[in-house]
Amino acid sequence: MEIKNAVAGTLESGDIMIQMGPGEGLQIELQSSVAAQFGRQIKAVITETLEGLGIENAYVKATDKGALDCTIRARVTAAAVRATGKDVWK
Amino acid sequence: MMFVPGNNPGMMADAHIYGPDSIMLDLEDSVTMAEKDAARLLVHNALKSIDYGSTEMVVRINPLNTPYGRKDVEAVIKAGVDVIRMPKTETADEVRELEAEIIKVEEELGCVGRTQIMAAIESALGVVNAYAIATASKRMMGIALGAEDYSANLKTQRTPGGAELLLARETIVVAARAAGIACFDTVYSNLDDMETFRKEVELIKTLGFDGKSIINPRQIQVVNEVFAPSQKDIDKALRIIAAIKEAQAKGSGVIAVNGKMVDRPVVIRAERTVALAIASGILSKEDVL
Repeated sequence: MEIKNAVAGTLESGDIMIQMGPGEGLQIELQSSVAAQFGRQIKAVITETLEGLGIENAYVKATDKGALDCTIRARVTAAAVRATGKDVWK
Repeated sequence: MMFVPGNNPGMMADAHIYGPDSIMLDLEDSVTMAEKDAARLLVHNALKSIDYGSTEMVVRINPLNTPYGRKDVEAVIKAGVDVIRMPKTETADEVRELEAEIIKVEEELGCVGRTQIMAAIESALGVVNAYAIATASKRMMGIALGAEDYSANLKTQRTPGGAELLLARETIVVAARAAGIACFDTVYSNLDDMETFRKEVELIKTLGFDGKSIINPRQIQVVNEVFAPSQKDIDKALRIIAAIKEAQAKGSGVIAVNGKMVDRPVVIRAERTVALAIASGILSKEDVL
């Protein structure tokens, strides 16, 4: 699946900004003030969401501002839809 | 009914904490064209994951004649939304078109009949067709006034007294009552003028509206204070309801409370007073059993 550069999300409180581009395997770079406590969980949600969309190769830079898991899933999906041009709705 | 922008995850996560009766996540006017796709995903995931408790969840979708409307319908029904709010509704056919879209998604999910519809009336044509809109589908749970677009359509502007909205407000209340559904008033946007806001809430309560749309948690308390019945009214309503039950138990057709005959409209008002007292948290359901 071809991946173009794409962005979704904001740097507002409670949000997460996902920048996505081409990569080998899933490379996830995370910036978060709660990385020590929740970094593993945030990366797991990002990975699970991408795998659910059939994306196995991508570089993802995630800048977290205290996003809930549902927000992380939404922002990763939005970035992936924009990066691949493949929508999740009919 | 508190409006929350559909592209603001922080607000979506916290909105129910303030205790609104319902939350309307907005995919329409508060979301830019470039962010429609992302907001739809945010709202879908929030509805699926966040525990909003007993708060009624409404989503305002984009019109079906835009590239976004049908995807909005699919996304919010798949997330289990209670009510879809249809913006800028002008005809009954538009409601039926939305209903057909809803049925398509519900059939796929095996949950036909689950999703209700609220229509926002925001134009002169919508007001003229209010009753037809209100009765266009069994799924219609309410109609609401959208005053900003309506005022622009009338070629006027909003004023503190709301004279320009009077006909629309009264028409919407009458149409809703004739159809047996709920009606909701428009938002008041100036958060720094709580006095005018309170007067507006008092006015729309007098006109017969069931509730007010709000844009900030600060407005909840005023709406609850205005809509909450007084203790005197509650006591009277409870006495009337108790008298009805007693009369029914005795098989008596005529009811009197404090020497005054109680007829059907008085009973209806008493039941509404009790319902408002329960909604305002003054009474619990157990108090009236």
